[in-house]
Amino acid sequence: MAANGDTLTSQSYIQHHLTNAKACFTDEGLSFNYACSDAGFWTWHIDTLAWSIILGLVFILSFRSVAKKASTGVPGKFQCAVEMIVEFVGKSVKDTYHGDSKLIAPLALTIFMWVFLLNCMDWIPVDWVGTLSSLIAGESWQTIESGQSHVYHKIVPTTDLNMTFGLSFGVFALMIFYGIKIKGVGGFLKELYAHPFNTPWLYWFNLILETIALIAKPVSLALRLFGNLYAAELIFILIATIGLYQLPVHFVWAAFHLLVIPLQAFIFMMLTIVYLSMMSEDH
Amino acid sequence: MTLIAVAILIGLGALGTALGFGLLGGKFLEASARQPELAPQLQVKMFIVAGLIDAIAMIGVGIALYMLFVIGV
Repeated sequence: MAANGDTLTSQSYIQHHLTNAKACFTDEGLSFNYACSDAGFWTWHIDTLAWSIILGLVFILSFRSVAKKASTGVPGKFQCAVEMIVEFVGKSVKDTYHGDSKLIAPLALTIFMWVFLLNCMDWIPVDWVGTLSSLIAGESWQTIESGQSHVYHKIVPTTDLNMTFGLSFGVFALMIFYGIKIKGVGGFLKELYAHPFNTPWLYWFNLILETIALIAKPVSLALRLFGNLYAAELIFILIATIGLYQLPVHFVWAAFHLLVIPLQAFIFMMLTIVYLSMMSEDH
Repeated sequence: MTLIAVAILIGLGALGTALGFGLLGGKFLEASARQPELAPQLQVKMFIVAGLIDAIAMIGVGIALYMLFVIGV
């Protein structure tokens, strides 16, 4: 951000907010941010990693404590909420997945809650955590206010392609695993080359078509989540650049995300279940 | 050029989503007027499709605003 002059422009402001905190190993050992600009593949986005692990733990531990404390007495509010979520996810899985698997429902619940919590970070005002981490790193208030901060911090992990592709590759691996487990290697491959047109001289065409369809699934899953949250975060940052009148506009945009954020988590979960049930049904 | 591109991105995105949501909502109302007992199930499915329709337009708006404000005119 400091590269282009000492005034704070909205362009550099937005770019600063959309840059991940990077870490990598160079010749001098562990380095951060600028030193990592040409580190290539082995660059770690430590903010994405940290927030996703923290929120994953929040989900697991809070749900676990509710499950441990559950009794036949009158449930508390939090227990009620957890039960509603679990029942809702369980019902969605039962309606869509007709096979027999112990993994699908817990997987769907984990995906739904994790993606939901990751998306929820979108509601945290865009400057709070970034400014706080700059202050903790020991930068003066003037430096931060003029946009010279060298500390990057992007708190919404789903606005990072690495996170969404990580999730969707996990789903993709499970799709292939279930396809092979339920139909066998032969059945899985047969679905690839003999599906729309079951005549030997069109096998090559089937193979191209089905392979593209198979690969498009995780890619579209990841890009849909990323695109929505990235656009949302970008517009939050744009609103933050317009001065005092940002407050009512922020409110409207945040209220709109009461719909978008659970919906995107739900769609990710639902499509995961649908893809897995497609893989476990014989044609 | 950027302005024209942004206008096309947002405008066509809005047009497509409007048509999609019009069809979707109209069909949903029709179906639930015909068979009210199916309305809750249809509502869930409608929201899934609504999310799918919304996604593309939202991504388009995001790219458009990124072009306008970050890359610059």
